[in-house]
Amino acid sequence: MRMIVVALACFIVITGTANAGPEQDRVKLLSLYKRQHPDIKFEQYADGALALDPDSLAQFRSIMEFPPFAGELEKGEKLWKAPLRSGKTYADCLPNGGRMIAGNYPLFDNTRSKVVTLEDVINDCRVANGEEAYAPGDPKTMGVLMTHVRALSDGMKMNIKVEGEGALKAFEEGKKTFYARAGQLNFSCASCHVDNVGNRMRAEVLSFAVGQATHWPVFRGGDQLVTLQKRYADCHLYMRHVPDALGSERYNNLEYFHSYLSNGLTLRANVFRR
Amino acid sequence: MRILNIVMYCLPVFIFCMPVHAQQAAKEATGKALVFGQAKGNCLACHGLPGLGAELTGNAGPPLIAMQARFPDKSVLRAKIWDATATNPASFMPPFGKHGILDEGEIDQVVEFIHGL
Repeated sequence: MRMIVVALACFIVITGTANAGPEQDRVKLLSLYKRQHPDIKFEQYADGALALDPDSLAQFRSIMEFPPFAGELEKGEKLWKAPLRSGKTYADCLPNGGRMIAGNYPLFDNTRSKVVTLEDVINDCRVANGEEAYAPGDPKTMGVLMTHVRALSDGMKMNIKVEGEGALKAFEEGKKTFYARAGQLNFSCASCHVDNVGNRMRAEVLSFAVGQATHWPVFRGGDQLVTLQKRYADCHLYMRHVPDALGSERYNNLEYFHSYLSNGLTLRANVFRR
Repeated sequence: MRILNIVMYCLPVFIFCMPVHAQQAAKEATGKALVFGQAKGNCLACHGLPGLGAELTGNAGPPLIAMQARFPDKSVLRAKIWDATATNPASFMPPFGKHGILDEGEIDQVVEFIHGL
């Protein structure tokens, strides 16, 4: 009897704390943002800095009525439909034919013991079907293709899962990158996107970290395609860190942690950013 | 003749004073340029600076006003710019001296300019 009670107690503790770390981190951040900006509703985090800047939001909405990057989206659709060397298509490789899946990525692949991004899945599909892998984040190939791949999940809610020891370790690695101060200017991601949200650096309003992973690729200035990891590298470069190659283990872990923070928010690919 | 005499007397004084004035002006201009410019000091990325035609100033740090009242001791201001995290580990401000963002001379110039605000 005693054994059963102990076993039961252990079970409750283990299941109860399975996601305590990541979920606690997310909720803690949300309550901090709520204190900083009580008027911003949860769904608005997906708008990024625009949520804090009504003029820019109005400009964004009018540009999005006739997006200047529509041509790139057409190219993306063409790439998506083109059969690979084996005759198969991307839709044959991806779960659910590629629809409503982007919110599940990155995921932790237990058999390979690593984080797998949606770009990784696309490249795995290419290689398995006789093609060469695209360079991660390359705006002419992978980036254009991702405009369509991610748009197939528009409206889906972010739903990143951190389950098991390996997943938790990858999540913690990403968290470390996010919070560690480094580089000549001694900024971490959190210096701006946790501690200074809503403040301005020159004319730029600093955005919430929550919601940042929901809307990629973006078109900066209307025509420059930027993927999420390209943005990490640019941000690192501007803040005088040494950026990684896109698709590095460190960036994948960062994307895993960073995307988890956006859980519950609605995906919308291909947006205009200044 | 009298005028010539005055000029003769004054000339050495002028010549002696000129380089000092020029030097000081250059120093001030450089301090201001470092504070305003985006490449090196870029103080205005975070700090407001009312007046002096500063544009697109940020607000992540406190505005650069009443500096002598806030920092009666200039060396405290200099230490803050050199490494603000020494006295406040949570400070957002980049350690301009410690991380070699500005050299020692440039920090002196920035201190001179800012302390006058």
